[in-house]
Amino acid sequence: MTISHSSIVEKAADATARATPSSVARRVRGLSDRAIAWLFIAPAITLLLAINIFPLLWAVYLSFTNYRANRPNAPVVGVGFGNYQRVLNDPDIWQAMQTTAHFVFWTIVLQTVIGFTLAYLIDRKFRGHAFWTTIILIPMMLSPAVVGNFWRFLYEPQIGLFAYAVSLVTGIPTSDIQMLGNVTLAPWAIIIVDTWMWTPYVMLICLAGLRSIPDYIYEAAEVDRASPWRQFWSITVPMALPFIMLAVLFRGIENFKMFDMVTLLTGGGPGSITEVASITLKRAAFESWATGRASAFAIILFVAVFGLANIYVKALNKVKQR
Amino acid sequence: MSAANSAHSVVEPSLSSKRIAGTIVVLYALITLIPLVWIFLTSIKSPPDSISYPPKIVFTPSLEGYCNLFTTRTRQTPDYIASLPAPVGTCDEVTRKRNMVIAGPSNFLPRFVNSLVIAFGSTFLAVFLGTLAAYGFSRFKIPLADDLMFFILSTRMMPPIAVAIPIYLMYRELGLSDTAFGMILLYTAVNVSLAVWLLKGFIDEIPREYEEAAMIDGYTRLQAFRKVVLPQATTGIAATAIFCLIFAWNEYAFAALLTSGEAQTAPPFIPTIIGEGGQDWPAVAAGTTIFLIPILVFTILLRKQLLRGITFGAVRK
Repeated sequence: MTISHSSIVEKAADATARATPSSVARRVRGLSDRAIAWLFIAPAITLLLAINIFPLLWAVYLSFTNYRANRPNAPVVGVGFGNYQRVLNDPDIWQAMQTTAHFVFWTIVLQTVIGFTLAYLIDRKFRGHAFWTTIILIPMMLSPAVVGNFWRFLYEPQIGLFAYAVSLVTGIPTSDIQMLGNVTLAPWAIIIVDTWMWTPYVMLICLAGLRSIPDYIYEAAEVDRASPWRQFWSITVPMALPFIMLAVLFRGIENFKMFDMVTLLTGGGPGSITEVASITLKRAAFESWATGRASAFAIILFVAVFGLANIYVKALNKVKQR
Repeated sequence: MSAANSAHSVVEPSLSSKRIAGTIVVLYALITLIPLVWIFLTSIKSPPDSISYPPKIVFTPSLEGYCNLFTTRTRQTPDYIASLPAPVGTCDEVTRKRNMVIAGPSNFLPRFVNSLVIAFGSTFLAVFLGTLAAYGFSRFKIPLADDLMFFILSTRMMPPIAVAIPIYLMYRELGLSDTAFGMILLYTAVNVSLAVWLLKGFIDEIPREYEEAAMIDGYTRLQAFRKVVLPQATTGIAATAIFCLIFAWNEYAFAALLTSGEAQTAPPFIPTIIGEGGQDWPAVAAGTTIFLIPILVFTILLRKQLLRGITFGAVRK
């Protein structure tokens, strides 16, 4: 399927030549560019407005009311910033934010370290590296919900492969390896699955970064007799840093929204130890039916991600400009 | 490939460093594969084998998981089962051994078909709309183009649950709840932002001169787009389509909240497969295996396009 660039050019030239009847070379141009520009962009923008922006504005409106989706006929009363006040003063929500931050932090650390290491090793271009790269990519192509559900089985202390393997290696009895039932282990159970799934993604972006470093820089360093260690820290890491930071940004945004895997693995439990923001939000919206309050929380979350992402992108741009 | 690399032999990694790198990567890849291999193995185990301890690596393969995935069964007395005519087909036979008879088809197939319809429908729409918009952004002066592009991207920053609240209300009003069309629209909207971003990059790479030449030769703008730009953007369009497809195929949060029966896709359905005494793991594994196979095939067949698509955003900006 890959077409070389020169053949593209030839094909285009060929197609152009064949499809141009000289007699009608000067026919009416049809629509003006301006009309076409609109025609091309309008459908996508309209859809986004209808399915993203309109609901978002609706959520903003709802966040100032006491509306409950399970009582559509009850009178709707504006409550000003009451919902926001309640959300921001709710210790459970702060707990959920903390849990989310904990997940985001550890998944990013693990995925970046392992992902970059793998990318660095794959960049050695050993025999069969393309094949093994593809194998490593498989987990990230799968459904987090479906795979998360199956990991629940792997984690079962009495029958699961994970507990068995850990017990085999460490000698700890399997009854003590309650990955999903134990308050200290449950968050790590999720972090492990997320890392298993998404390390390949970080790896790929890091690989793109490493491949973008021109060889002549290393050649120059080699001439200057820089040690491999020195080359790694003075060339490889700084040059790949913008890419690593991008991977961190993408994973950060995604994991801030983490929902499916947690729902299927622990459902937020045991207790509420793995209850991330999305799960709290889902409970408020679709179990307590406190639509107004849930909307306020949703808006706060959105502003938080948006704000953090913006600050981060500014930092990223500074790094790139160096 | 190695011949091309040997041009800069100074920085070519030594053979031993390659060997070490290769060993570590292969080890990691093999460990990564274990859960997937285990899913497949579980899918061909009998229910007792699937929950035996220590986990069984050697076992007699059984199609029971797949039978249970596609059928619903009712328990009967041995006497009643003995009175039935001879079993038709493997599943009938397997089921009767457990003192049950097949009552009818399960919901798996319709859910799987829903997944197919919704994933392919939304992918087609998203790529279609995305290609048009990407071309528009790439070739024309659009007022506030940068802001619009950022707005398009920012729609992906919302947690799905947050958007799901108003969409749930909106769909309830419009009668789109639990319909395949509603889900197609929703996934299209989510994917179109990605499609515009990816495709704009691909189309930016195609020199404008081609279209200009074509237009000087008498093509209209639309013809130039169709006959010159589209054929050259094929690779990019394919890569984008795969990404949209993977997303729509794998999506869970919206599907779980906005569909309950008719339009439910496989991801929320598979975890609900319950057997007697808890989750029927061989059936779940069978469903998971069938569900994963298309993506697995895509990944392996189209890995070059995938690599390009994933790393694309990173390389560009």
